Amino acid sequence: MNNLKKKKNIKLLQGNEACAEGALLAGVKFFAGYPITPSSEIAENMARKLPKIGGKFIQMEDEIASMAAVIGASIAGLKSLTATSGPGMCLKQENLGFAIINEIPCVVVNAQRGGPSTGLPTKPSQGDMMQARWGTHGDHPIIALAPSTVNEILTLTIKAFNFSEKYRTPVILLLDEVIAHMREKVEIPAPENIEVINRKKPTVPPEEYLPFKPDEDGVPPMANFGEGYRYHITGLIHNYKGLPTSNSQEIDAFIRRLHNKIQKNIKDIIIYEKYSLDDAKIALIAYGSVARAAERTVKLAREEGLKVGLLKLLTIWPFPFEEVNRLAQQVDLIIVPEMNLGQIVLEAERAAQGKCRVVPYGRVDGELINPIEILGKIWEEIRK
Amino acid sequence: MKTVINNYIREGMFPNIWCPGCGNGIVLGAIIRAIDDLNWDKDKIVAVSGIGCSSRITGYVDFCTMNTTHGRALPFATGIKMANPDLKVIVVMGDGDCSAIGGNHFIHAARRNIDLTAIIINNMIYGMTGGQYSPLTPTGKFGSTAPYGNIDQSFDLCELAIAAGASYVARGTVYNPRQSTSLIKNALDKKGFSVVEIISDCPVSYGKMNKMKSPVDMLKWIKDITVSKKVWEGLSPDEKKEKYAIGEFLSKDRPDYTELYEEIIKKAQERGGNK
Repeated sequence: MNNLKKKKNIKLLQGNEACAEGALLAGVKFFAGYPITPSSEIAENMARKLPKIGGKFIQMEDEIASMAAVIGASIAGLKSLTATSGPGMCLKQENLGFAIINEIPCVVVNAQRGGPSTGLPTKPSQGDMMQARWGTHGDHPIIALAPSTVNEILTLTIKAFNFSEKYRTPVILLLDEVIAHMREKVEIPAPENIEVINRKKPTVPPEEYLPFKPDEDGVPPMANFGEGYRYHITGLIHNYKGLPTSNSQEIDAFIRRLHNKIQKNIKDIIIYEKYSLDDAKIALIAYGSVARAAERTVKLAREEGLKVGLLKLLTIWPFPFEEVNRLAQQVDLIIVPEMNLGQIVLEAERAAQGKCRVVPYGRVDGELINPIEILGKIWEEIRK
Repeated sequence: MKTVINNYIREGMFPNIWCPGCGNGIVLGAIIRAIDDLNWDKDKIVAVSGIGCSSRITGYVDFCTMNTTHGRALPFATGIKMANPDLKVIVVMGDGDCSAIGGNHFIHAARRNIDLTAIIINNMIYGMTGGQYSPLTPTGKFGSTAPYGNIDQSFDLCELAIAAGASYVARGTVYNPRQSTSLIKNALDKKGFSVVEIISDCPVSYGKMNKMKSPVDMLKWIKDITVSKKVWEGLSPDEKKEKYAIGEFLSKDRPDYTELYEEIIKKAQERGGNK
């Protein structure tokens, strides 16, 4: 019997490095990007590591082109990643829509910084939460995840790739400057302990392949270009063959299917964690680096005898409507601290359906929200 | 009557959306004949386009095809080619698509010398949106957004491609479809970034606003404004202003981007480690 335990692979990693590690574990083979603070380390890591595994890195002329190249590489069969921040995320929007309408798996990282415009390049923000949901035009679904620790950056990057491949959709990973640049202990899982999902391939011969005809799960099998399946991809709304359509029934069915393939699978997609919520009368809802402060606030509040708990959101979009609704039936008050003047709080309020009071706590000065000020907000609301 | 063309088109997509007299069909024919001459495997050909009348070409050909966003065909194609260098990637763009909104992508694709063939159908106007002037509309001509004449200086797309680093650059016209076919064939066969500009006609928008209402008038005009490269070289600077040279301008051998990246992979793997 071998008593020697396999040594754990523990590393001190920066958030952006952990994102690159997670992507590699998920099977990324292509990265296209453009330099921008505070996400550039992801590109630098990819430039160094991708060629080692026979993958490809390219620095494009701008973020529009990098998003396009990522989609092209994914269609040609490689798992693809791009990373950017605020102003770059604006430029990604055009082709993000193309990836959504053509159901092209890819992962887009937005290491959020203060905005609008050039804003605060080196300071954190959570100002792009609604942009992640509605940034590209048209009525579209999206999956967006928001880690709050360096370890979660690694695991959620893997999740992001898996969701993108499983549901044939771009997935946005929302970091912020704090967790993108901080260093923490990360346990790198052994590859055999990681679930890696790859896109479904067609099981029919090329002459029978309908590239946009969904299976029962709402997701069409995807043939990569060059594999003998010749078909058309267009940003126009298209029929099962992938050809443009102006038939209103086909259009309606197409748009509804795009939404439904996400909505039908929210149980799989929505990830959250609960802290001390069992007996809570006051709940915090937080995500990203603010969730770290909120977790501490719960501890401090409990020491002061307050029944406070935390719902930490890891999936932001689709929004965990049911969970928040249940929470609103249990507690008297929900506080949503976030580094903006009220974005996710609007969703929380909508989900609460008037069953409890939902209040925002926003900070937009480029500083991270700290545990004491959230505690102060709790007392302020109690005394009201 | 079935011709070689039928072997390469999606017959169910016809009739096409183009206006009567449009030159796009002539270019489509030239592209197909060039590919047929090269005897390429259809399964390994990818045709990528942007947005505009010309970009609809990708819907009609029986390859892996992609009608992308306006001006962005080249970066999409760059991703495809990088991911799978065995694929033959052809990019079809219009003049506005390639030289205005896609201008930056065009010069950078040429700079990288990535092995793509860019075919630009230059009808000197934005046709699909109703005849607005483009960066290739000649100075003094009219468009729906240049009702008093165009004051912009137009690009010479071929000179731009040469300056930016392309490996192959040529210009043909829809009046000379055989020459265009052979230029496209040379471009497809060339390793590196190759560019063929095809001067085409848009009788419905450009012609109507510039006193050339019939397709025949437009084709005659194209014949009149173009001269061979050799004749062009003998013209005075003033005469050159009124004419376009056609033919092959550049064909040189330079390592293509995907080959250079294979070298990077070798270097990275030789160095080893995880750093």
